Amino acid sequence: MKFTLEPLGDNSIIIELGDDISREIQQKVKKVSSFFEECSLDWIIETVPGFTTVAVFYDPLKIETTTLPYETVCEELTRLLEGLSVDQDGEPRIVEIPVCYGGEFGPDLEEVAEHNGIIPEEVIDIHSNGEYIVYMIGFAPGFPYIGGMSEKIAAPRRKNPRLKIPAGSVGIAGKQTGVYPIETPGGWQLIGRTPRKLFLPDGDTPSLLQAGDQIKFVPISQEEFLKMKEDEK
Amino acid sequence: MITIAKPGLLTSVQDLGRYGYQKFGVITSGVMDPVAHRVANLLVGNDEKEATLELTLLGPDMEFSEDTLISICGGNLSPTIDGKSVKLWRSVWVKAGSRLRFGGCKTGCRAYLAVAGGFEVPEVMNSKSTYIRAGIGGFNGKALQNEDELEIGTPSELSANISKILADQIEDKKFAEMQWTISSEFTVSSASKPDVRVMKGRQYDWFTTDSQMKLFTEPFEVTSQSDRMGYRLKGPELSLEEEQEMLSEAVSFGTIQVPSEGNPIVLLADRQTTGGYPKIGQIATVDLSIMAQLKPGDTVQFVEVSHKVAQQLYLDREKKIHQLKQGISLKIRK
Repeated sequence: MKFTLEPLGDNSIIIELGDDISREIQQKVKKVSSFFEECSLDWIIETVPGFTTVAVFYDPLKIETTTLPYETVCEELTRLLEGLSVDQDGEPRIVEIPVCYGGEFGPDLEEVAEHNGIIPEEVIDIHSNGEYIVYMIGFAPGFPYIGGMSEKIAAPRRKNPRLKIPAGSVGIAGKQTGVYPIETPGGWQLIGRTPRKLFLPDGDTPSLLQAGDQIKFVPISQEEFLKMKEDEK
Repeated sequence: MITIAKPGLLTSVQDLGRYGYQKFGVITSGVMDPVAHRVANLLVGNDEKEATLELTLLGPDMEFSEDTLISICGGNLSPTIDGKSVKLWRSVWVKAGSRLRFGGCKTGCRAYLAVAGGFEVPEVMNSKSTYIRAGIGGFNGKALQNEDELEIGTPSELSANISKILADQIEDKKFAEMQWTISSEFTVSSASKPDVRVMKGRQYDWFTTDSQMKLFTEPFEVTSQSDRMGYRLKGPELSLEEEQEMLSEAVSFGTIQVPSEGNPIVLLADRQTTGGYPKIGQIATVDLSIMAQLKPGDTVQFVEVSHKVAQQLYLDREKKIHQLKQGISLKIRK
């Protein structure tokens, strides 16, 4: 596996695995981050995947060394990374995200349609038939950076950002689509809402989605939305 | 128990942060000034990781319903107990029924109040830190409000011994302070333009040579758009040699990133887990406390340090804190 190592700070290192956004690099990122999460080395505090990188936060006090901990960490990471094979197998986990499109949950659906010269039903059709990959989680707890949206439904951000976007909102900003796990301000065009919780602070893993997951948006009616919302409680 | 009579500007329960969940987008939160927090805990016989109250600029008023061993470290927000001023960086024994108040901010920006036994709030994802935006951790996931009642945990044996020494000196006063304090190397500097050591960031080479030079030669001012998430600085404009696409990746406590308008942002305790702006620098861990104690209007001088030296400084500092810890328990045992 090809990689470079560079310090992020005096207790963190960034492993760089490529320089563009692609499925192949995403799989390497996932492989490397889960490897270091699972290898239970006591000096590793945590890993944070990016689009093409994995940051390793470490505790310099837990490293036995006669030189600087950083040097030993680089040697150790290099040794472990060189032993990792780049197998491309491993089917991604598929997570279904039910979405109630339009209406009060998707106040910008028509604008997105108009912007692209299509009707709202086509936006729903294209959005719910895409193949999506979660590249990384960031920005907010459980917030997925999703790749794979069709440019046929791309739309610029709103000129006046909303002060409050409800949790579960599904939006479009430029060529990206995303789901808001918690209420935040933001300028995304909102096309629908999911009843599923993306941020689960009391769960074993606090995020419904993880880097590498495949997402399927499934259209649901308002009644189904309300029923699922009830079940989520 | 402690009852909040006035919440102050921003008072919240924080510990050393919530680690292990950044890959899920969960920010670390935690104290802004880790040194003041750790020392405050050590002075009351707590584990240094125990939660403290972080007070900002305008501190709260609070009442103690039981005899309590406390210490206040960090910025000087003019603490008084029943009208008498209380010294910082010391163990202080407070009688039940006393009222602790804070006045104006004399030095620094944030103070840490530790109580022996710590604050009894539930841990969320292994941390007591308040994550205000997500409404989790700390006391009900929020900054403290009027009439909040904070329960105190069971003090350690060391805490009990410190309390005993002070209780013997209290006579009819409302509180008693320890005779000794800690070395000034841990306390908050009152320098008007402190030096803060900075390593080159991962995208340092992307910036013009002029910007690279100015980062380390010109002062930067902390603007009013500064909070626990980050400080927006004002100074010479920092610009890229050429526009480059930056893919979001992890950031760290003290990362200095530069959005396209050219004013740097220093990422602090409530920073997002990842960032998409070029990183021109990274503050050395040992100097994070200096940065966190600056308030809007203050200026800072960045000084270049190599990554290796920064790590060595970190190891040296940790050794000193370890010695301080041992020193305190030796002093109490005597």
